[in-house]
Order: sequence, then C-alpha cells, then structure tokens
Amino acid sequence: MGVEGIGARVLRKEDKRFLTGKGRYTDDMVVPGMKHAAFVRSPHAHAKITGINTDAARKMPGVIGVLTGRELKADGIGNLICGWMVHSKDGTPMKMGAWSPLATDVVRYVGDAVAIVVADSKGEARDAAEAVDIAYEELPVLVNATAALQQGAPQLHPEAPGNLIFDWDIGDEKATAEAFAKAAHVTRLDIDNNRLVPNAMEPRAALGLYDEAEDHYTCWTTSQNPHVARLVMSAFYNVAPENKLRVIAPDVGGGFGSKIFIYPEEIVCLWASKKTGVPVKWVADRSESFLCDAHGRDHATHAEIAFDKDHRILGLKVETIANLGAYMSLFSSSVPTYLYATLLSGQYDIPAIHANVKTVYTNTAPVDAYRGAGRPEASYVLERIMETAARELKLSPAELRRRNFIRSFPHQTPVIMAYDAGDFDATLDASMKAADYAGFEQRRTEAAGRGKLRGIGMSCYIEACGIAPSAAVGSLGAGVGLWESAEVRVNAVGTVEILTGSHSHGQGHETTFAQLAAERFGVPLDSISIVHGDTDKVQMGMGTYGSRSGAVGMSAVVKAMDKVEAKAKKIAAHLLEADEADIEIKNGDVRVAGTDKSLPWFQVALSAYTAHNLPSGMEPGLKETAFYDPTNFTFPAGCYICEVEIDPDTGATQIVQFVAADDFGKIINPMIVEGQVHGGLAQGIGQALLEGTHYDETGQLLTASYMDYTMPRALDLPSFKVMTTETPCPSNPLGIKGCGEAGAIGSPPAVMNAITDAIHNNNLTMPATPQKVWAAIQAAK
Amino acid sequence: MAKVELVVNGRAVKGEAEDRTLLVHFLRENLGLTGTHVGCDTSQCGACVVHVDGRAVKSCTMLAAQAYGSEVTTIEGLALNGELHPVQVAFREHHGLQCGFCTPGMVMSSVDMIRRHPEGLDEATVRAELEGNICRCTGYHNIVQAVLDASDKMGKGAVKAA
Repeated sequence: MGVEGIGARVLRKEDKRFLTGKGRYTDDMVVPGMKHAAFVRSPHAHAKITGINTDAARKMPGVIGVLTGRELKADGIGNLICGWMVHSKDGTPMKMGAWSPLATDVVRYVGDAVAIVVADSKGEARDAAEAVDIAYEELPVLVNATAALQQGAPQLHPEAPGNLIFDWDIGDEKATAEAFAKAAHVTRLDIDNNRLVPNAMEPRAALGLYDEAEDHYTCWTTSQNPHVARLVMSAFYNVAPENKLRVIAPDVGGGFGSKIFIYPEEIVCLWASKKTGVPVKWVADRSESFLCDAHGRDHATHAEIAFDKDHRILGLKVETIANLGAYMSLFSSSVPTYLYATLLSGQYDIPAIHANVKTVYTNTAPVDAYRGAGRPEASYVLERIMETAARELKLSPAELRRRNFIRSFPHQTPVIMAYDAGDFDATLDASMKAADYAGFEQRRTEAAGRGKLRGIGMSCYIEACGIAPSAAVGSLGAGVGLWESAEVRVNAVGTVEILTGSHSHGQGHETTFAQLAAERFGVPLDSISIVHGDTDKVQMGMGTYGSRSGAVGMSAVVKAMDKVEAKAKKIAAHLLEADEADIEIKNGDVRVAGTDKSLPWFQVALSAYTAHNLPSGMEPGLKETAFYDPTNFTFPAGCYICEVEIDPDTGATQIVQFVAADDFGKIINPMIVEGQVHGGLAQGIGQALLEGTHYDETGQLLTASYMDYTMPRALDLPSFKVMTTETPCPSNPLGIKGCGEAGAIGSPPAVMNAITDAIHNNNLTMPATPQKVWAAIQAAK
Repeated sequence: MAKVELVVNGRAVKGEAEDRTLLVHFLRENLGLTGTHVGCDTSQCGACVVHVDGRAVKSCTMLAAQAYGSEVTTIEGLALNGELHPVQVAFREHHGLQCGFCTPGMVMSSVDMIRRHPEGLDEATVRAELEGNICRCTGYHNIVQAVLDASDKMGKGAVKAA
C-alpha cells in the first residue's frame, strides 16, 4: 500500500468544496429564464377527484402555467412502474395498480400530486397552488397493512383485489414443517418493523429544461442513479428518447435509498418545461419530503424457530405482511422478498426455512428501499428471536449463536444465497472483547446501586451487497441488469480520469476510486479525477445503492485499469526493447523488472498519444472501458453489542456503550469505512429508539416535520467503538464486501435486545420511546 | 418590497426583496451564496446557520429585511485569503462530513460554539450544543471529534481571532 493507495487513510478530495460552501446541489443550479414550480397535492388519503378548476390560479400574479394529469396523459406520458416482477406462490404476477405522475381520477395518499403550477417565483407558485380548486369525494381509508387484508376492507386499486399485491413464498414449507415436528424447543415471536422516513438532509429537487431548437431535455435531479433515471423516463414514461434526454445528478445531499427511485416530480418538471416553454425548478420542502419520499420498512411479522435438544437450529418459519403504501415504487417488490427473506438464514446453519410474504396496498406513502432495504428487517427478525430463544433456553446469547454459526464456506442456505466467505467467530470475539462482555454483570450490579436498569444485547448480522449478478437477478424478476461500467482515461501527460456509473452522495468516491488508480499506476491522487453523475459524460451505469459501489463499481474500474495497464506495458516493452512480461509499474515508473531501465509513467502515456513509435498495429491512445457483472452477492457480516442504562422512573434509555465489529473484506479507506458505519449505526439506533412514522385513521401523516418525527441528534447518540476483521471476498477482484448499510442493519436488534434485557420484558416495539419503555417496565412488575 | 442593505462576508450589498423573503433566500437567490442550505421548514435542521453580527443564527428564522444594517458571515466567508478556518480543517481531518449538505451549518454553529466556550469543550457539551443541527450521514461521531480538536487547537488566542 502506498500512502495514497489501497488501504490508506486518505483525507477526502471532495471536502474542500463542501467546507467552503462551493458544493453544487440541484437547488443551487440556475439557468437563464428559469421559473419555479409548486405541486398541488391531495389533502385526502383516499378520494375521487370530481373536478379541477384552475381558472383562479391561472390569474394569480406571476403564474405561467397550471397543468393537470389530463394534459399529461393526453401527451402520452406513462404511468410510474415497479421494475421488479415478483410472482405469487400460485404463479400469478404481482398486481400493480396504475400510478399516474399527476392523479386524474382518484388520489390514494395524502401528498399524491394532482397538478403543477409554474410561476416567476417560488412564493407565487405556492400562492397559486393554493388557488387551484379541486373537488374531492372522500373514500374510506386504510393505513394498516393487516387491516387492508381483512374481508370487506376498502379497495384501493381495481388491479389488486383485496389490496393484495402478491402472496409470495421462499424455502421448503414441507421440510420446515417436518423440522418443527422434531423440535425439542420452539421460540415464537411477533415482530413489527417500524415505518421510517429516510430524511436525507437535502430535500429532493428537479430542474427540467426543454430546448425546443434541439428538441432535447436536460434534467438536474437529486438522484443516486442518473442513468437509471434516464432509462426509466425514456423507456417507460415516454418523456423523451434516451439520446434526447440528459440527466445530471450533481452534488447530492444524501440518499439512503430514497433517491434511487424515479418520482412523479422530475417527470412532470421535464414535461412542464416543454409545455410552458421555460426551465422549471421544483425543490421539495421538508413537509413534502415527509409526505412523498418513499418510506422504509413497515413489516408485521410472526416468526418461529425450532431447536433440537442440543440447541441446534432445526428450522425457521416466518410470515410477514409488508405495507407497500399507495403505489408500487420502482424497486418496492424486491425489498420485502429477495432482499429480505433470502437473508433469513443469518450467520446460522439452518437446514430448513420457509418464509411467506404478503404485500399490500394502503393509503400511505409508497414504501421502497431505505438504507439496508430488507436486510435490516431480516436481521431484526432473526436476531430478536435468537436472543429471545437464548433467554428461554437459559443459554448465553453468545453461546447459542456460536453453537449455530456457519463455519464452512461456500455455504448454500435454503433461501437462495450461497455465502462465499466469512468468519463469524472473529467478529463475535472482537466485539465481546471490546465491550468487556465478561464484565457486564458487575456493571449491571453497579448501575442497580444507582437505581438504573442496565442491559446488554447483541446482534450477529449478515447482509448481501454488491447487487448483483445480472442473470441471477433477471431470473428473479429484475427488469434491469445490475452490472457497473467504468472508463479509465490516461491523458497524454499521465493524469487520469475515471468515469464511473456509480454515484457519490456522501460516500467519498472521488477519493476512494482515485485511490485505486494511485495504487495501480503510482500517480498522485491530485492527478486523478473521478467523473460521475452525468449521462452525457459517463456512458452508462446502474448507480449507487445496496452498498454496491465498492464491490461492483470499483470492480469495473479494476477491469478497465487491467486493460490500460496491459496496453501501457506493451508500449513500454516496445520503447524499452524488453519483454512485455518483464515490465512492471512501480512508484510512478514503468520499468523492466530487475534492471535500471525505466520510463516515467507520463512518458508512456505521452507515447500512446504522440503515436510516433508504437508497436506495429497498435491504436493510439490510452483509454479503456469495462463493464463488470458480479459473479455473486457479497456477504458483509459482523457482531454489534449495545449496552444501555434505563431510568426506571422515566423510561428514558441511554446507550452507554456501542461496539461494532464488521467484516467488510478488503478495505480501501478505513476512515471512510468508519464514517459509513457511524452513519448506519445512527440510523439504526434512530429506528430503535426515536423514529416512528404515524398516520392517523384518516391517513393524515402525524409525523410530517422535524417537530414531530424524532431525528437522531448528537445528544441522542454515544461515541461508537468500531473495528473490522478481514475475510477477503473471493467473488470480486478487490475482495471488497461493502460497508454502507451494515450499521443500519445490525444495530436495531442489538439495541432492542439490550433494552429488553434491562427491563426483563421482551414485549416492546420500536421505537422504544421512554413512554413505551416505562409502560413495559410497569407491565413486567 | 423591502429594501435590504447589509454587509455580507465583508462586502456591502444592497437589494430589494419581497417583504416575506427570509434571510436564507436573500443570501441564496439574490446574492448567489448557495453554500447556505435549506434542509427543513420548521427551523430545526440548522443547515442554514450563518453568523449575524458575530452570532450564529438560523437564517431561515429571520427576514432579510430584519438583517438591515447587519454584518453577516456565511460559509463562503469563513476561510480567509484561501486559508481554511481551523474548524473547516478539523472537519476535514476528522471526516466530519459526508454528503456535505448539513456541513455549512454545522461548521458555522461549531465556530460559534467554540467562541462561546473559551474555557474549552468536552464531548457532552459539544453534543448538547449541536442540538440545533441535524446530520443524517455521520452519526455525529466524527463531527464531535472535529469540534473538540478545533477547540483544543484554537485555544484562547485563536478564539478571539475567530
């Protein structure tokens, strides 16, 4: 490792612009003639639209246009779709209801967009939006997923009878039933996974620009995957053909999944720009983000786990009802299925698993991927029930887990996944040591002396990243391939540009991707630039989500660098009159191994471009492209230990210690990896202690601002003890597993296991607010 | 329309704005100082913190007209002659930022916090003082480290200079 290469704790190249106010986010973009949009949104959770009158709004000061869904449909703009086909267990395809970017006949959740107003200023657009007169006939409302499946429940979409989108299963039901029949002990648990609002700090935004002279559209938007946005808007929504649509995701202020999806607003802004003849910018206010960003989680689960007399797991049964909200968002079907139930084996050797998942429509915001996307739900089910089982069996939670760890790899689980590598004892040992697990009982006694209830809980999570082998996900219903692309351009002076289809919205790609080239070519970081986020610059890409940028995006860069290196060596061998096999690139020089014959890197690059003396038949230039399609998922895993102290008089929980030991495989930049873990932990702890999304029975979102939805603040969180172990991933060239989501996946069960340990009552749901904890303490008395 | 005259980052500026214009919108839209961000609509997130007459203020809680005659420093005005402020340096060295969106407000709040605590800071105080700034990326761990480090390095003399 060089000082700037793989494994180095390099400070971030992108920091200076963010620290000096020079970041450029979508809302910072200004183009000549630009006007501002406000959306008219449904105040009702479920209603028929019986009339829309825009006359008064059109006459308001500054108004340029007021557009509705009928005009949008007349122009052939298509409905929003879910891009992953899931089939029910009876073989029927999922029942997708129509989702028009602007509702025409029925609104299905509070915030459903009905019209757009374009005006000179933001304030004028908003004033006029209030003057759009929409007549509604209210319909009965559903907010709870379980209630949505009851006989006689109100019907949301004609396409989905009984509000059931699909009734899917995985695993072997018969083998699982047989395993339970042999069980010496069965633990049962009802487990809710609370609905969350992602809350990237930058609200979503879109700036649509139609250039009539060129018949060309440009969209600046807050996207984690601008190429996917272009593809979907072009292929499915009829906004414009791909060659006439440029999507730019400039600096993006956090995503956490919520900026993967293509929402109505960017489609409507592009279309409205053509209709009104002006560039149209829309920026969500925070209340709109709460109402309309895709939410996360919202599962209701019943789980049962069977053990033999030696406490080895025989089988696992899981039944989940997942609330997908009012419409199927872009990847909503994959989250509670292939990203969830395929991880239910956890770190354990479980011979038989069966999971059934029913997804339903309700009059709530659409639900889709949020940091972890399905894997936090799986970890929560498994790690809560393992801890519960340990208590019932009177075994230490660590011992029960150890007894069931997978230790031989590759390991085929009963739920599709083939784990390629791992060492679960290593992370468990590391975290127990760091947490002084052995000394806990003494600390509990000491805390009791101060009147506090102290508890400890652990969670041994596994997750799947590096999504994913295209043929495999294609066979499971994905509408896209999940490879990544890269282009490595060595300029004539030896500087390097890396174009990647991955997108950084906080992950530090401009630094870590550059570290790869610094390592390979010995070029200083300052001479390496990363280009991303613009469909006109980068050929094609699938974007950043599912912790895939390292495992998939970087692998594409490695593949392209391999080609560049091979060509550079050919050129050097020719110039140095040596055998190509003897050429090595070291410390910025291209040399003949074991001799003093060498050329500086820039000289080789220059030779490629002057082309005065290249090997016979070689094309000039030093620039290569690669597409990398992963061969398997990657499997980050780890052990988290949480220690809490609870004030029995108030129910307030304080996290007094949080230890995270993760195996992410090979690490490119430990500083950035630690930062990713910290952020994930904060979101997972937020889910466990603070964040709850509440709709009332009429479908009004009660938690639609930072006054009502509790975001984790600095005072709510401890300093974290994070560490890593390393089992290189055999499935990609760098040995990378992915680190972006682990913190949010592993932490909720650790926190809840700790609290329920402290209060001796296992009946507690997230978020474990002081009120709920206090009530649980009283109930246990 | 309201007449707005103020000094921003050491430069006298004049402008007109709708009466309802908030200081943050005046900075961003009239002056093009887009480093100051809007992350919420309830004055909770702190992405818009600037200094008004030397004190940290959420620029979404104040009308532009109310800032008449004030001296305002935004994130763009914090580095002097191309030298990053010690708090900016510390945020970089401790990886106290990821997506960068909350960062301007975090930095401006932290500078103010250090100024108000010439006696120095401890972790609990830093965490309590960051109550008005929300970050979704970092889990605050490295922000807290950055503020503590900057506070140590700035010491009493440097605090006055800031």
